[in-house]
Amino acid sequence: MSIEKKEFKPLIVAFCCNWCSYAGADLAGTSRLAYPAEIKIIRVPCSCRVNPMFVLRAFQRGADGVIIAGCHPGDCHYTSGNYFARRRMTMLFSMLDFFGIERERTRVDWVSAAEGVKFSTVMNDFSKKIHELGENRRLGDLRCKQTIDR
Amino acid sequence: MQRIGVFVCWCGTNIAATVDIDTVVEAMKREPGVVHSSDYQYMCSEAGQSRIRNAIKEHNLTGIVVCACSPRMHETTFRKAAKAAGLNEFMVEIANIREHCAWIHKDRTEATEKAVVLARTAVAKLNLNKPLTPGTSDVVKRALVIGGGIAGIQSALDIAEAGYQVDIVEKEPTIGGKMAQLDKTFPTLDCAACILTPKMVEAAQHDNINLITYSEVDSVSGFVGNFTVKIRKKARSVKADICSGCGICTEKCPSKKAKSEFNMGLNNRSAIYIPFAQAIPNVPVIDRDQCIKFKTGKCGLCAKVCPADAIDFSQQDEIIEQKYGAVVLATGFKPIKLDNFDEYSYAASQDVITSLELERIMNAAGPTGGKLLRPSDKKHPHTMVFVQCVGSRDTTGCGKTYCSKICCMYTAKHAMLIREKYPDIDVHVFYIDVRTPGKNFDEFYRRAAEDYGVNYIKGMVGKVAPTNGKLMVQGSDLIADRQVIIEADMVVLATAIEPDQTAKSLATMLTASIDTNNFFTEAHPKLRPVESPTAGVFLSGVCQGPKDIPETVAQASAAAVKVVGLLSKDKLVSNPCVAGSNELLCNGCSNCQHVCPYGAIDYVEKEFRINGKIKIRRVAQVNEAVCQGCGACTVVCPSGAMDLKGFTNQQIMAEVDAICR
Repeated sequence: MSIEKKEFKPLIVAFCCNWCSYAGADLAGTSRLAYPAEIKIIRVPCSCRVNPMFVLRAFQRGADGVIIAGCHPGDCHYTSGNYFARRRMTMLFSMLDFFGIERERTRVDWVSAAEGVKFSTVMNDFSKKIHELGENRRLGDLRCKQTIDR
Repeated sequence: MQRIGVFVCWCGTNIAATVDIDTVVEAMKREPGVVHSSDYQYMCSEAGQSRIRNAIKEHNLTGIVVCACSPRMHETTFRKAAKAAGLNEFMVEIANIREHCAWIHKDRTEATEKAVVLARTAVAKLNLNKPLTPGTSDVVKRALVIGGGIAGIQSALDIAEAGYQVDIVEKEPTIGGKMAQLDKTFPTLDCAACILTPKMVEAAQHDNINLITYSEVDSVSGFVGNFTVKIRKKARSVKADICSGCGICTEKCPSKKAKSEFNMGLNNRSAIYIPFAQAIPNVPVIDRDQCIKFKTGKCGLCAKVCPADAIDFSQQDEIIEQKYGAVVLATGFKPIKLDNFDEYSYAASQDVITSLELERIMNAAGPTGGKLLRPSDKKHPHTMVFVQCVGSRDTTGCGKTYCSKICCMYTAKHAMLIREKYPDIDVHVFYIDVRTPGKNFDEFYRRAAEDYGVNYIKGMVGKVAPTNGKLMVQGSDLIADRQVIIEADMVVLATAIEPDQTAKSLATMLTASIDTNNFFTEAHPKLRPVESPTAGVFLSGVCQGPKDIPETVAQASAAAVKVVGLLSKDKLVSNPCVAGSNELLCNGCSNCQHVCPYGAIDYVEKEFRINGKIKIRRVAQVNEAVCQGCGACTVVCPSGAMDLKGFTNQQIMAEVDAICR
């Protein structure tokens, strides 16, 4: 039997806030600015709605990268939500290595509703990074990851 | 268990060209809870909606997933359709397979796979949806218009005419804005003051309009229908209620060295001043930086000569607090600073002026009494050069990338007026493109070029060099493909316009979004152009994007209609996607209270029966009318008691799981 070399198709979860980044993603779509199909967007009201548990859950279920996008600092629809998100995620990301996840597999970025180009650039850039890192093997070796082969 | 119906939209070929609709429809049939899955060319059309309504009844559906365009586009449409069929409108989820899938991917297999994932994610979420009932809140029947230019005046007049109270807050001592500074208006060439000042008077005299001039918005709290706004009334040092506007104080004031803001610094004004003769209110203001009394303690001449005894040096800033149901932003624009454009020698030569300065020079009430004179030696010019796109359509980073829209037309106006009044003056216009879309606009430009002999040169100006009292203008003529040098007496720069500096701080106060150029963003670029994405905040005039006067007035009236529509409601339906705490789980830690940006969370002492004993515990309670549903509290809650309706922890987890399957 020959060993089939499977092409690495990453799985990336993007949490986008309803007011800025989700609208930025819409604008990227309207402007036909491509980014890889492996990125799947979940709409949340605000970046501060993203519980660190959601990020860990994604990795546990086999995600190779998680990105959180919100309004620019100072421009949060809810005044201060993105500041909370920024602090929370800084905390979480600093612990990721301990959990068996490379720090680079996560990212927080700010994309406004007017920045379709930025949305596409950020997503392309992040996806490129995940391709470089390859499959989330470190976590895959652990028993807690439920779906190892995809 | 839910009974879910999935509806996949083709959006003509927008989706169907890249996503294999049948695959999505078939895949959804295998998802848990799905009892019906179908497709249609245009789901948002009446025919599409009726298919949804029929399917809901026929299959006894408890929830629907529509795989179509962005929820920002048609979520409301499909919610209404579901409601019409007797379903709770919050049992609708949208899978965005157009903007987030079909439009950005080219590979059909890849796009179809992604569409299936997005659809099953929506199904997974919908499986955990619960019917939600929106609450209601009261509407304060009063509107606030921020900015008293033509946009603000028009919005205020229309709202007032509909029978509602309006306050106009204007930061300058008078209303009128930029239009008051203009000489004539294109393409009809009627005088700006003749059409504006009657409107200013109408606004001032209207029973329902209250002018709050020389004032700025300090802070805003609250939400649609119930904003609480603090307005800082800056100290005028003149009692507006007794001042008769006789103007003796401005004549007698010995300090006359301040540059007149209204005349663009082309002449001086006194320290106590009325910006212009037709100002409304016709009450002077003391410029405390210039006033000798405030600087040295001596003088006080104005107080001595005032027949009404209206001067009050001890006046302090006053804070007014008022409640409003709606806010109209009409903050307008200003010309950009020309610091980055040394090549035009604006700072080096007095005879290089901006178009707005030319407006003042041409104006009969302006610094030269309407005579066209060189600012440097007050002599009659013989050659004038107009430079278009100074800082507009600029990709070098020195100016603005956008087109300022009004410059082509006002330059044609200036050129025409000058040629008509002074046929001896040669007028040259350097342009990149002449853009004249608008009713009678192109005819107007052609009249300037053909009938009035204005010399239009396609090309940019490289340098303006002051030499021996003249201005050597070096530019390129792209059509003749050669360099041209014109010896000019005056150069007029069509400066780019940018939003007023107050826009940014107001955007933060109102959580209204602004774009990269600080223009306010509209809720939808085509279908909701006068509404901000923030409910209850409306946009009027150039603060939303460059516009000429007719467009500004049209948008101002449109914004007014939206305000009237809002104020005419007795109750507003509020967003039911708000936080709620599970009191049995809450441990009373107050974390949620600390992060809530709206102060929507209170703690109450409540009796609970635990193991047969009555115990009093301190638990969180959310004020649903105040909560805006950001979800900040849900994440800080250590016991998981706080959750956000419509975006519950379980729902988002289910979405994550569905994507990572």
